[in-house]
Amino acid sequence: MSKLASSAAPVVEAREISKKFADRFAVDHLDLEIPRHVCFGLLGPNGAGKTTTLRMIYGVTRATSGTIRVFGVDIGQHVREVRSRLGVTLQQNVLIEALSPKENLLVFGRYHLLREPELSRRAEELIDFLELRSHAHVPVRQLSGGFQRRLAVALSLVNGPELLILDEPTTGLDPAVRLALWSRIRELRAAGTTVLITTHYMDEAQRLCDKVAIISAGKVIAAGTPAELITSRLAPETVELDCMPGEEATLLDGIAPDRRLRFGRRLMLYLGDATHLIEQIRRHDEGDRRSIIVRPTNLEDVYLSLTGTSLEANP
Amino acid sequence: MSLSLPYALAVWRRNAVMYKRTWKWNILPNFFEPVLYLFSIGIGVGAYISEIGGTSYIAFLAPGLVCVAAMNGASFEVTYNIYVRLVFEKTYDAMLTTPIEPDDVLAGEVLWAVTRAGIYGGCFFIVLTLFGLAPLPSSLWVILLIPLTGLLFAAIGMVFSLRIPNIDMFSFYFTLFLTPLFLFSDVFFPLKERLAAPWLWVAEALPLLHPVRLARASFNGEFSAIVLWDLAYTLGMSALLLLWARRGVRDRLTQ
Repeated sequence: MSKLASSAAPVVEAREISKKFADRFAVDHLDLEIPRHVCFGLLGPNGAGKTTTLRMIYGVTRATSGTIRVFGVDIGQHVREVRSRLGVTLQQNVLIEALSPKENLLVFGRYHLLREPELSRRAEELIDFLELRSHAHVPVRQLSGGFQRRLAVALSLVNGPELLILDEPTTGLDPAVRLALWSRIRELRAAGTTVLITTHYMDEAQRLCDKVAIISAGKVIAAGTPAELITSRLAPETVELDCMPGEEATLLDGIAPDRRLRFGRRLMLYLGDATHLIEQIRRHDEGDRRSIIVRPTNLEDVYLSLTGTSLEANP
Repeated sequence: MSLSLPYALAVWRRNAVMYKRTWKWNILPNFFEPVLYLFSIGIGVGAYISEIGGTSYIAFLAPGLVCVAAMNGASFEVTYNIYVRLVFEKTYDAMLTTPIEPDDVLAGEVLWAVTRAGIYGGCFFIVLTLFGLAPLPSSLWVILLIPLTGLLFAAIGMVFSLRIPNIDMFSFYFTLFLTPLFLFSDVFFPLKERLAAPWLWVAEALPLLHPVRLARASFNGEFSAIVLWDLAYTLGMSALLLLWARRGVRDRLTQ
């Protein structure tokens, strides 16, 4: 068994990886480096190659070309060793519905060859950690979606992973469960776990992730900390309003925003200082004031500006 | 080759845990099926048959039905159950996030199907001995034959299940494959007394025929050279199909 070169080495190091399905590249010469002890967000539209990238990182899908090192070793050569040190929460919950959360944890722990009494101890710890105690012995099919999702996360932690991979962990969850999961993810990261997360929620990425990479059509199109991406890509203030395309030139007369995005009637404008623009629109509207939102530019704006606003762009 | 026995056993164990929950509901229909055949046909039809192959008709049926029980036990497992775990429950996708590899999944599932074949075949064999229909000690050889029959039908079912486009195809598997095997594999009548010579050659291709002949030889305590061919077929066919299934599992799980 090969050991780590040094503890400073990145947890995941993907160089020029590609995955070709039939005649289409799902992942196209993608580079990714995930440092130790960070929460790293992999963002991108549906079909951008996020899940395929994850599958190559934990070694279930072989890259068509390129190299992937996880914990400093080549995933192709050391699949079992690498997987024994990581955990994955898949997009779809994979739970045994007839069994209770406790029993699910025991079954999953055995996949990692955990033995009693370690196995039960670990299951109990995770029941507490993900607040499953009240329903620990109820068949999973009777549990709510939020409960089932927390159990799915618990399963991926059963081996005490150094790298936790979460594929859209909060999709479809209510706000309280999302907040609870975020707080657990932060605790894990603080305790030294490296977290790799995919999400469509940019607020989630912005709040949770130390670093993000935005991928589109199988390539990384931007990477950095959320703050870096925002300041380097767009102006700090965003103005949102409804206006018809024909009206746009009149409303913006003499004002040149750094960037504008349109979704049907909705117009988003990015500028250094919005004061002047708002006064001009108010003057134009006179008594019949339209609603205008002024807010700080966020990661979602960056994401939309990079991946495009047209639904046809990513079929 | 990346098969690891501890991981394969973890896969087996998952099914065993589930089965402990549901065996009361699963075991009854599968277990009673051969028992019903034995008594309805053995006693009912048997009343009109004074002797077949040197024994009563019910005694003639007994060894073949042991193999049928084993075949059914394995077949249900590697068809509907495997397909549900593969396609709907995504069980294997979750397993493959742990150190478990596709070869372990295949080995664990086949081992589990063999276990179920052992449960059904074994229970039926016990019934036969209780009714004095299994001559001791010679019929004890079927204790080895039951898992071999399970292995063969686990391999056949696996190859089929990994390649079908949807779950409805299993009705073909049962009605157009297993049922004819059941009816034309020496279970109910000796093929060589009823089929013309060319058809007898065709019948040699049928997988159930070989375990049934082995079971009959064991019950009669008469082993001829053909036993070697039957054993070679059972083991060789299992091995070939398992190699094929191995490719199928890898393709399905790692794409």
